[in-house]
Amino acid sequence: MEDKMSFFDICGGRLALQRRYYSPSCREFCVSSPRLSLRLLTVVTCTVWLAAYGLFTLCENSMILSAAIFVTLLGLLGYLHFVKIDQETLLIIDSLGIQMTSSYASGKESTTFIEMGKVKDVIINEAIYMKVIYYLCILLKDPGEPDGISQVVPVFQMEIMKFRQIKNCLLSSCFAQFTGWAVGLVRDSFQEGPMRPEPRPF
Amino acid sequence: MVLKAFFPTCCASADSGLLVGRWVPEQSSAVVLAVVHFPFIPMQVKELLAQVQQASRVSIAVLGTWCHHRQEPEESLGHFLEGLGAIFSHDPWLQLCRERGSKFWSCKATRRQVPTSFGAPGEDQVMLVFYDQRKVLLSQLHPPAALPDRQAGDATASAGGLAAVFDTVARSEVLFRSDRFDEGPVRLSHWQSEGVEASILVELAKRASGPICLLLACLLSLVSAVSTCWVFKLWPLSFIWSKLSTCEQLKHRLEQLKLIFSPQKAENPSQLMRKANILVSVLLDVALGLMLLSWLHGKDRIGQLADALVPVADHVAEELQHLLQWLMGAPAGLKMNRALDQVLGRFFLYHIHLWISYIHLMSPFIERILWHVGLSACLGLTISLSILSDIIALLTFHIYCFYVYGARLYCLKIYGLSSLWRLFRGKKWNVLRQRVDSCSYDLDQLFIGTLLFTVLIFLLPTTALYYLVFTLLRLLVVTVQGLIHLLVDLINSLPLYALGLRLCRPYRLAAGVKFRVLEHEAGRPLRLLMQINPLPYGRVVHTYRLPSCGCHPKHSWGSLCRKLFFGELIYPWRQRGDKQD
Repeated sequence: MEDKMSFFDICGGRLALQRRYYSPSCREFCVSSPRLSLRLLTVVTCTVWLAAYGLFTLCENSMILSAAIFVTLLGLLGYLHFVKIDQETLLIIDSLGIQMTSSYASGKESTTFIEMGKVKDVIINEAIYMKVIYYLCILLKDPGEPDGISQVVPVFQMEIMKFRQIKNCLLSSCFAQFTGWAVGLVRDSFQEGPMRPEPRPF
Repeated sequence: MVLKAFFPTCCASADSGLLVGRWVPEQSSAVVLAVVHFPFIPMQVKELLAQVQQASRVSIAVLGTWCHHRQEPEESLGHFLEGLGAIFSHDPWLQLCRERGSKFWSCKATRRQVPTSFGAPGEDQVMLVFYDQRKVLLSQLHPPAALPDRQAGDATASAGGLAAVFDTVARSEVLFRSDRFDEGPVRLSHWQSEGVEASILVELAKRASGPICLLLACLLSLVSAVSTCWVFKLWPLSFIWSKLSTCEQLKHRLEQLKLIFSPQKAENPSQLMRKANILVSVLLDVALGLMLLSWLHGKDRIGQLADALVPVADHVAEELQHLLQWLMGAPAGLKMNRALDQVLGRFFLYHIHLWISYIHLMSPFIERILWHVGLSACLGLTISLSILSDIIALLTFHIYCFYVYGARLYCLKIYGLSSLWRLFRGKKWNVLRQRVDSCSYDLDQLFIGTLLFTVLIFLLPTTALYYLVFTLLRLLVVTVQGLIHLLVDLINSLPLYALGLRLCRPYRLAAGVKFRVLEHEAGRPLRLLMQINPLPYGRVVHTYRLPSCGCHPKHSWGSLCRKLFFGELIYPWRQRGDKQD
């Protein structure tokens, strides 16, 4: 089973949220952002090259031009490989753990798996980033003391953290529903109780 | 809780039989290790499991049945398999079944003694997790960075669910020793059942390593006995040894070699990894050293080097002379105290003169010395780099002397000025109470003190200029030496074996696992593929970094600047110097 819906991120870009139910004990949430836009790429490249050309006309050293080419290429590679995240996936498997995967635009994938035994709780956190934003994060148990928290792991780092406090009431309620439902799911499987019934579709 | 069955991918095509593995009740997961094929005698299977259990200290049992329909569905086999549950009682009893031509498996787990609250004997939800047995066996799980103090062994066995899976597979290595060519009573199917994985070269190396290690350990103990001989501990010699970075490096290498060739076996994987890292680092070092040696001794490069060395030293001395003459005039338009300027300049010039004559006295022997030094490259590149650093230190000894004279003079003036400044304000330093007290001075004391203060403050710029110039020169030399030491430390401490392992066999160093959901059909158990998440390179280097020989500066930038300002001597290339400070 699969359904899709779209949100806006904090800068106004489009985000698509996709949910997949593999079985009652295994669900997947997938947030994907649009691909690298050609307009942005063209604008940045043109700016760098025009600046380089301006410098070149001033000091007449052709090193500047080749340096500009290298800077653009390396910058693009670095951006695609380390910054631009195409898709972030949250896989929740009952009584096994939570897996977070971010796939970068260059194809690199980085995966973190958190075992259910280490998860203390899943919460919605509030942060102030020019305005109030909400994001989902996982609290990890501290092995030393039973009540302590050793680490706070934000989920959907690049995407949901940017969900703006949505003007549209409907979207806001959708988001709250999604987050609250995810929290419920993880809490349930964490407490080893019976699973909560499937949420009604958005 | 959902029942998780960890199933090895290598058994997916095995014939029907019994599932052998470990049941972890806390996580309600069943780790399947192997499949026992028909025909077997139940008693023999139980005996084998008891043997394995004794050897591996893991409670291994028959978990259920495995049914692989190759031809038409056999009704009789199904009943027979169900009947087996009566012989090998296990709770819950797993029934895995793979149909012909279908990708999807059916899986049932029946519990006999169900808690009364649930009523009739029920079936659990089952989740199939496939794992690659070979990779899981060979990989070494690294706990996350958040919990660094976790010890391997029993601690991990009680740790999280996946560590238990890894631990179970790693410990039941005994089970995987038999392959299908063995004439044993029980036929098993696991990752090595097509033949035990081994290499003749590795076996030969294992056989040969014992005597070689013993021999080399004897040799090394002889060398270390000679090096601790009392002749080397007489006063001037021991002082010189402690100042030469070559000796430190030799000592460090000797320790490392002793560790590698010690006849004791490595106790845990991290120690084994450390030994392997050291061995690779030593081998690389020697290989680089031999390359350097062949480069040096080809085409008479040593002669050219020796011919170039004396003119360079001469040139440096000449430049220094020019610099001093410039300082003795009006450097950068500053007006110095002429008399003091002349005295200092002449003093340093005489020193340079002495230095030049010393170099010329040495010049006939330099080629021979260099030739012998070049031979040391066969001990390793790091040794020859350390020797280079020592040679630089020796050849720039005059700069060091100038720096010390300048720093001492400057230091004296700074201290004099600070105490006279207190006198000027009618205060003094109380040594007993470690604080500044006010004090009433006589008129002549005040007069003399103020006079001296004025003299010192007017002479300070001249001294400070000399100090500044020679400190800059000294810092230049120290920077060059520091770079050489950095290179040596890099070769010494880089865990090359671990990095190579990460590059070629990423599964050997596991940071954790990742799951992939396989194709799914409604009504069938969920199938997941467990893959190994390799350790990032940064953590490999961080975890397996070898300790370096420890001739690092322990200064912070702030303390260095403070020392430079107050004219205290800096020894950034010697830890011993730090302690004296």
